[in-house]
Amino acid sequence: MPDVQAIAESVFRQESGKIIAGLIRLSGSFDLAEEAMQEAFASAIVSWAQKGVPDNPAAWITSVAQRKIVDQIRREQTRRGNEDALIYETEHLKTHHDPEIEDEAMHLPDDRLRLIFTCCHPAINQEAQVALTLRTLGGLTTPEIAHAFLVPEATLAQRLVRAKRKIQDARIPYQVPPAEVLPERLASVQAVLYLIFNEGYTAASGEQLIRRDLCAEAVRLTRVLCELMPNEPENVGLLALMLVQDSRRNARISSKGELITLEEQDRSLWDQSEIQEGVRLVEQALRRRQSGPYQLQAAIAAIHAQAKTPAETDWQEIAALYQELYRLSPTAIVALNHAVAVAMNQGFEPGLRLLDELGASGRLDDYYLFHAARADLLRRLRRAGEARSAYERALKLATNQVEQQYLRRRLSELSV
Amino acid sequence: MRYILLIYTQQAPNSAEEMESVKQAHWEVIEETTRKGILLGCEPLAPTQTATTVRVQDGTVLTTDGPFAETKEQLAGYYILDCKDLDEALGYAARIPSACGGKPGCIEVRALPGLPRREAVSEQAEQKSEAVLAQ
Repeated sequence: MPDVQAIAESVFRQESGKIIAGLIRLSGSFDLAEEAMQEAFASAIVSWAQKGVPDNPAAWITSVAQRKIVDQIRREQTRRGNEDALIYETEHLKTHHDPEIEDEAMHLPDDRLRLIFTCCHPAINQEAQVALTLRTLGGLTTPEIAHAFLVPEATLAQRLVRAKRKIQDARIPYQVPPAEVLPERLASVQAVLYLIFNEGYTAASGEQLIRRDLCAEAVRLTRVLCELMPNEPENVGLLALMLVQDSRRNARISSKGELITLEEQDRSLWDQSEIQEGVRLVEQALRRRQSGPYQLQAAIAAIHAQAKTPAETDWQEIAALYQELYRLSPTAIVALNHAVAVAMNQGFEPGLRLLDELGASGRLDDYYLFHAARADLLRRLRRAGEARSAYERALKLATNQVEQQYLRRRLSELSV
Repeated sequence: MRYILLIYTQQAPNSAEEMESVKQAHWEVIEETTRKGILLGCEPLAPTQTATTVRVQDGTVLTTDGPFAETKEQLAGYYILDCKDLDEALGYAARIPSACGGKPGCIEVRALPGLPRREAVSEQAEQKSEAVLAQ
C-alpha cells in the first residue's frame, strides 16, 4: 500500500505550478483555480487510497480540477440566472467549453510562462510580485512565505488578496508580453527571482532552514524560466549566478553564526557540483555574445569559485569584468568592487587611491561596504589607526547582525 | 475593459516647437485609436488657474479658488479607451505626451468598472422611478 499522502505531496511540489497555470487560463481567475486545485488534491487522497494511484497523477489532478471549475462556473450562472452578469466568465467558458479536449493544451509550457509574467507584472508592487510568484508558481503556503519574509501572516495574506484583485479589476493580461515590452518585463521577472534568492542567501541565524528553502525555490523557478525561454542568455546568467553563490552556503557562516569572507572560507566545503554546473552555464551563455549584468556577475563569481586558494584568484580578469559591468550598470557599488579587484591585482595602494577617488563624490558615504572595504585595505597596508576609524564607521552603518559581528571581530584583531 | 488615461503635467512655459511636437504625438494616438474604434473620449482641461473647488461640510457649501490640491503635477487632460487589457492601455499611455503644460509629467491609467448594477440603486429611488412609470 503506497503512502498516498506522500505521493500527493510530491506531485504537488513538482507539478502544482504547471497545473495552476493551466487552470488560471481556463478559469480566468487565480482564486477559482487555486480552490479547484486544492479540492482536486483533497479528492485525490481519498480516491487514490481506494482505487490506487493513477499512472499520471498530475493529469488526474488537472482533469478533476478542470471539471470542478466548469461546474463552478455553471452553478454560478444558474444561481444568478442573469445573462450579462457573467460576461467575463462565460467568455472563458465558451472558448474552453470541453475540459477533455483541453488536456493537451494544458501541458504546453506556455501557461507557466504566462503565469510568471502576470505575477511579476510591473502594475503590481514588487513585494506582492514576490508573494504571488512563490504562492502560485512555487506552491508555498501563505504562512510559509510570511515566515520566510518575516512579515505577519495577515499582512502577507492581504498583499496576495490585493494583488489578485488588481489582476482581475485592472485586467492585467495572462500572456507572454509582446516583443516591444519584453525586455522590461523579463527584467522584472529576473529581479523577483533574484530577490527571492537573496532573501534566502542573506540568512540571519535562526531563520536558516526556511531561508535555504527560498534559495532552492529561486533556483528551481529560474530553471523553469531558462527551460521556457532558452534563448535569453541573461536567464542562464542568473541561474549560473545563483548556483555559484549557493555553492558557498556551507562555508560562509561559521558554526557560531559568524560571516566568513570569501578569502577565509574553507574551500573544501564548497559544493563542487553546483560550481561545475554554474561555470558550464555561464560559459554557454557568454558564447552568445549578448552580455548582461547577470552573466557578468556570474562570470566573476565563477572565477572565485574556480580558484583553489585565494592567492590563485585571477584578479586581473575580475577587474576587467567589473569594468565591463560598470559600462552596463554604472552604479557606485560596481565601482567599489572594481576598486577592490584592482587593489588585489595591482596592489593595495592603487586600489586605495581608486577607492578614495570614489569616496570623494560622497555617494558612498552611507554605504557600510565602502568603509569596510577601505578599512580592509588600510589594515593590509598596516595603517592600523585609519583602519580602525574606517571599521568603526562601517560598524555604525551595518544593519545585519552577522555583518556587525564580522566588523567587531576585525576591530578586536586590530588591537592585538 | 474601458480605461481612463489621466494626463498629469507640470505647468511651465512652453516653446512653440515643443507645443507642436506634443500636439503631433496626440494626433497620432487619436487617429490610431479612432481608426480602431476604441477612442471613447479625450479632451484637454483648462489650466488650474481656472479651477474652482466645491466642498460640502456639515451642510455648508465651501467654495474655494484653485484645484483641490496644490501639487507639482496637475491633471491636464484625459483619454478614455476601450482596450482588451491593461497592457494595451499601458502601450497607449507610453505614447501619450505629458508635456502639454510645459514640463513632462506622467500618465495614470485606471480601469473604469462602470456604474454599479441596478440592485445597488437605493430602494427609495427605485420606488420613485416605479411610481413615475406607473403614471
